[in-house]
Amino acid sequence: MTVDVAAVFREEYGRAVAVLVRFLGDIDLAEEAVQDAFTTAVRSWPETGVPPSPAGWIITTARNRAIDRLRRESTRQARHAEAALLHAPDAPPEEGPVRDERLRLIFTCCHPALAPRAQVALTLRLLGGLTTTQIARAFLVSEPTMAGRLVRAKAKIRDARIPYRVPRDADLPDRLKGVLAVVYLIFNEGYGGTPELCAESLRLGRLLTELMPDEPEATGLLALMLLVESRRAARTDDSGELVPLSEQDPARWDRELVTEGQLLVRRCLRRNRPGPYQIQAAVQAVHSDAPTDWGQVLRLYDHLMAVAPSPVVALNRAVAVAETAGPARALALVDALDLDGYHVLHAVRADLLRRLGRDTEAVRAYERAAELTESTAERAYLERRRRSLSPHHGK
Amino acid sequence: MQYYLLNVMQPGWDELPAPEVLAEIGARLDAFHQELREAGAWVFAGGLHSPDSSTVLRPRDGDVLITDGPYAEGKEQLGGLCIVKAPDLDAALEWGRKAALATTLPIEVRPFQHESED
Repeated sequence: MTVDVAAVFREEYGRAVAVLVRFLGDIDLAEEAVQDAFTTAVRSWPETGVPPSPAGWIITTARNRAIDRLRRESTRQARHAEAALLHAPDAPPEEGPVRDERLRLIFTCCHPALAPRAQVALTLRLLGGLTTTQIARAFLVSEPTMAGRLVRAKAKIRDARIPYRVPRDADLPDRLKGVLAVVYLIFNEGYGGTPELCAESLRLGRLLTELMPDEPEATGLLALMLLVESRRAARTDDSGELVPLSEQDPARWDRELVTEGQLLVRRCLRRNRPGPYQIQAAVQAVHSDAPTDWGQVLRLYDHLMAVAPSPVVALNRAVAVAETAGPARALALVDALDLDGYHVLHAVRADLLRRLGRDTEAVRAYERAAELTESTAERAYLERRRRSLSPHHGK
Repeated sequence: MQYYLLNVMQPGWDELPAPEVLAEIGARLDAFHQELREAGAWVFAGGLHSPDSSTVLRPRDGDVLITDGPYAEGKEQLGGLCIVKAPDLDAALEWGRKAALATTLPIEVRPFQHESED
């Protein structure tokens, strides 16, 4: 694939599949047709040059390929689809309606009748154009397992008739929550070590913000992801060990992402319809103005506890309490939480115990956190902290 | 249009609700069925006797064996069913949601393999 076709593929695959799904009413057929069109592009573009509207070219070519394919088949359903295709306008669809097609497809992929991990896989496959192999690798499952998951999800959409539709207003808040959760899940999977997934979740986040500019939570999620992503380079040192936020060099943060994220936070908060993603983004925006104003972080977590309480939010709030009211107060809050299987709880506890001079307990907490974390960068950090407390524990 | 089966999943047949609670559920179900009819979504609905009343027929060597009791002993058994006609899953899930609230029981929604004629 030449550079040009690859770039168009990343940008336009989801758009083309969304339009073709709408025409054909069948996801597999749409994917095959779009892949055919890109195969044709790889052959012809080096000679003819990239057409003025690459997306339009891909969609028109895919539609023609789909018609060819359907003419070779003779089932009643195929004839129906062919009739629909022939009635479709010849010119490349306009920008407006095309946007709606992608939005429809996102809501289909993230339909609550599909299992969450199927929602994630479908979104990456259909909107992001990731291959089954790439998705399988990112989620540490075998390729046949991931292929089976995609096949079952697509079959359910077809057999149960999950509609291609943006939900009506009454259902939109709930359904949008589901879509944002899928995008954030993709981001968090990527945070652990697959930068491609982070890039893909940012792309999806931008798409949602563009398609639903009046939904401040969509903007909030994009801002949150941008601000967290801005610290990617600063988050690990040269030896691959985790560098906690408080020890990061702000000069290594990506200023462009910080600026964009902070701008979006201000823009969505002005709408005065705060939600969990906007508040979390606001926390990250405060952190991005080093040194952190911990009083403001605490007020934001108080707010978050009011709108979306959870033990994880309470743990993050406790970290802010440690900075504003001291580690003893924070430790009491942390010890009241029921999060024993969560490595961050033990890492936070270890740090608080260390600051209180309770080294033996701190060592045990570092060990427990290191045992539970799946990140090698974090484990390296935790083990160094543990060794600094007790030389005889080190190797 | 597509046919969907709404299965009412009935846990614990031994501990049925009190008669006055059952009467309330019955009244809500009547209203639900009426709503289905008025919307043109009605195909069929009915509650079942307990699994104790069931008989299973199994083919064996060209003959058929009759046995007493449900096909599978499970914590949840089919308590009743309803067949609706709906344009897509969202519409069917909306009927399922109403059925769940009316019966106070979990509802499984499954599409039939063939489309309805209209």
